[in-house]
Amino acid sequence: MRKALACCCVALSFFFAPVTGFEMSPASDSVSSAALAANLTQEPDNERARAFHVLQRLTFGPAPGDIKKVQDIGVEQFIQQQLNPSNLQLEQGLQQSLSEKDALNLTPLELFIKYGRPAVKLAGGAQAAGRGAKPSVEQKKAIQKQVKENYQKLYMESASARFERALYSPRQLQELMADFWFNHFNISFDKGLDHLWVGSFEEQAIRPHVFGRFRDLLGATAHHAGMLFYLDNWQNSVAGNQAAKSKGRFKGLNENYARELMELHTLGVDGGYKQKDVVELARVLTGLGIVNRSAGTLRNLQQNSERSPMGYVFDSKRHDFGPKVLLGHQIRASGEAEIEEALDLLAKHPSTAKHISFKLAQYFVSDNPPPALIDKLSKVYLASDGNIREILNTLFHSSEFFDPQYRNAKFKSPYRYMLSALRASDADVERPALLTRFLKQQGQPLFQCLTPDGYKCTQSAWLNSDALLNRISFASGLGTGRMPGVTAHITSTADLTDMMPILSASTQNTLRDAPARLHPVLLLGSPEFMMY
Amino acid sequence: MNRREFLKNASLACIASALSGVNSWALASAAAGPGTKKLIIVFLRGAVDGLSVVVPYSDSHYYSVRSGIAIPRPGDEGGVLKLDSDFGLHPSLAPLLPLWQQGNLAFVHASGSPDPSRSHFDAQDFMESGTPGVKMTGTGWMNRLLVQLPNNHSPVRAINVGQILPRIYQGPSQVASFAPAQQNGIKQKAIDNPVLSQYFESMYGSRGDALGKAFNEGVSAHRTIKKELQEEMVAANRGAPDANAYRGFGTQMGTLFAKDPTVQLGFIAVGGWDTHVNQGNSKGQLANKLGILGRGLAELVNKLGPELENTIICVVSEFGRTVKENGNGGTDHGHGNVMMLLGGGIAGGKVHAKWNGLGNGQLYEGRDLPVTTDFRSVLATVLGEHMSISKAGLQNIFPDFVSRDNLQYLLKG
Repeated sequence: MRKALACCCVALSFFFAPVTGFEMSPASDSVSSAALAANLTQEPDNERARAFHVLQRLTFGPAPGDIKKVQDIGVEQFIQQQLNPSNLQLEQGLQQSLSEKDALNLTPLELFIKYGRPAVKLAGGAQAAGRGAKPSVEQKKAIQKQVKENYQKLYMESASARFERALYSPRQLQELMADFWFNHFNISFDKGLDHLWVGSFEEQAIRPHVFGRFRDLLGATAHHAGMLFYLDNWQNSVAGNQAAKSKGRFKGLNENYARELMELHTLGVDGGYKQKDVVELARVLTGLGIVNRSAGTLRNLQQNSERSPMGYVFDSKRHDFGPKVLLGHQIRASGEAEIEEALDLLAKHPSTAKHISFKLAQYFVSDNPPPALIDKLSKVYLASDGNIREILNTLFHSSEFFDPQYRNAKFKSPYRYMLSALRASDADVERPALLTRFLKQQGQPLFQCLTPDGYKCTQSAWLNSDALLNRISFASGLGTGRMPGVTAHITSTADLTDMMPILSASTQNTLRDAPARLHPVLLLGSPEFMMY
Repeated sequence: MNRREFLKNASLACIASALSGVNSWALASAAAGPGTKKLIIVFLRGAVDGLSVVVPYSDSHYYSVRSGIAIPRPGDEGGVLKLDSDFGLHPSLAPLLPLWQQGNLAFVHASGSPDPSRSHFDAQDFMESGTPGVKMTGTGWMNRLLVQLPNNHSPVRAINVGQILPRIYQGPSQVASFAPAQQNGIKQKAIDNPVLSQYFESMYGSRGDALGKAFNEGVSAHRTIKKELQEEMVAANRGAPDANAYRGFGTQMGTLFAKDPTVQLGFIAVGGWDTHVNQGNSKGQLANKLGILGRGLAELVNKLGPELENTIICVVSEFGRTVKENGNGGTDHGHGNVMMLLGGGIAGGKVHAKWNGLGNGQLYEGRDLPVTTDFRSVLATVLGEHMSISKAGLQNIFPDFVSRDNLQYLLKG
């Protein structure tokens, strides 16, 4: 059984060491040209090529034997399994590992109590010293240590969960969609309290809805403490709010969430809204904040946690009850219900249908998706009330999806490259911190995209000379078994080439010239492996 | 408030672009070498609050609408560093004050992109493509600039600090990227191994597509930068390499510019300016960031040494922030901003601006600093006068743009 990733909280001083000491090997060490020829010819559009394509696009890349498995059940059956994954069982060890992670399973308030200020204060012994007493130097040190440990624990739990599922879950499309929607509704571990909530945000707000109704997904993200904190709406209050305390936090409007909600989450930047609409939506959203975390005792906090598992609260005292007009629609003053009305309006909007369709088509088909496909998906979006599973089903059955001109034509993001290399080499990962470090080095640190637009999935965003050389270094560490904490189980060149049906003449020639033990390095670092 | 000298010059009206004469052709055709003119762009992503960078302290409106976040007047505690009778510099930018006094630092206030977008991403895109309002531009203006510069075939003609090639550099000309400073200098890579390198070259070297190009450029740039920065690390070994990544940008970029005469362009982006909440004033979030920026720029100038005479550093950000403080001690997305120009060729010690004050009737859409100078006017002047780009070349770099301003006085005569 597959081992779940060990949660390694210690910062590692690993970097990808140069590989030295290779020697040229005699020709007999090379794989025979017959063995290569069997796998390396450019394949016609047969069932095997289609199986390869759906594995490239609906999973984080084929693992050894996967192409045959898909051929056995058929491409159509594979697509339906992936779209309806509840029958695909997660291994016991993976389930167990996921269930043990606080970052995923506690509510935002529980996380605050256990890992936020209350817990950190306890660690410093500040309570024992009495209220108002200044912490001693030792206490300060203890507090700092505890804060650091909490950060690392929650980060590595969230990251390990991502890697474990992406590497070992049979529900691969679900994993792709979790990544897709997290990016769409991006929040960042690096913004204050969100270090507590990134894992919970993905688990509670994103994952339940990845194949569901877009409106439900939108609503869940709007009501999770992680988003409310990230885009500052927790402070967004009626202009000139009289209830504001001396601190002045809740004195007036904050447009941040309202703008990104339209620009990034729903309508798209050219979706037809004006600055006036940003202000009106910000007014609608006034009072939608985070459960009060400073008032009262720990017990109060716990009760609040049960009442609001996603950590939001609507404070009508801070809400703007004036009349509003959003995108030409009158929104009558009704407090919290206004927010639902606005989200309904945004989710149903044709611009949203187009924006979401564009992003899905770009993610699954092409950096420049064909307009006909976007239209097709937009129609399904509008007709199905934003049913994500139906939109995807249409996408996977479109002529564009299987069009040969779009196959193997997308450049992998660092995240996808790394996971596909680990899957192809059937790797066990003991130290997930190596993976988070690689992603950071590649400019795509997990859960740490600072800006709300999330990471892009296009070649122009990720292909550059230095990053490519660093991928080759990664391939070299993985392929030679010199990546401490990661064990690859590549048995033969044939295993790898079986998963890479399309290799160029220059790659084939290079493999013929190179010693067999370098083949994993060369294949995982090859131009073909950069694409999907 | 007085309209400033800028306005007088600008009233010459609709001059077709403020560009260079005959001599520039001769210069442009010479191969790059010692004396080559250089340009560094520092992009502050997230929209820095320009009214906190160069503060209009003589305008009472500034203090009335920013009660929590205004920077005090010169001489008051935490007050601005006086630049002239109207404007003052944020106290965290004190490391730049000597450059101001030496006449190597100038500002263009109320500048920016004419496009009204308040989207970070669109506005950054427009500023990097050099075509505000046009989304289909496939290349960045710095890459188009490279095409116009004499090609010395160096792998490090244009350098980018960071893992991601920014929009501004995208296009056919080669750009070398390297990671921000690390403790150990430039990292070893697998391709430093000669055996592996040979096989990878045989897979990538002759592809002729984007992957092959990235590979070939990466290998040659890695070798050049590694050699130059490692020599520097050894030479400067008395002090440990700076752990502060932002100071690192000054050190690395400055070192490469000073050591390698074939380097012509540099770009670095510094993020984290989106201060919607608790912006602070002389102290706080924004002040800390500006402190890092100021030290980084001062370090860059220091490393450039005499090369500062040949170099212009331009600091830009996608748009400014609301004039009025928002409900959370921060500022929201606005319009006009301030640009910073640094270099030996800059006619420094001046804040240039077509400035109408912050009174209610003067604001863009009633809330933001207007853009009274197009960022392309400033850049076109720098490119024309300093980099000797021809008018035709400028048309390629900023297509369909006709400067309404003659800004030649930004540079020394």
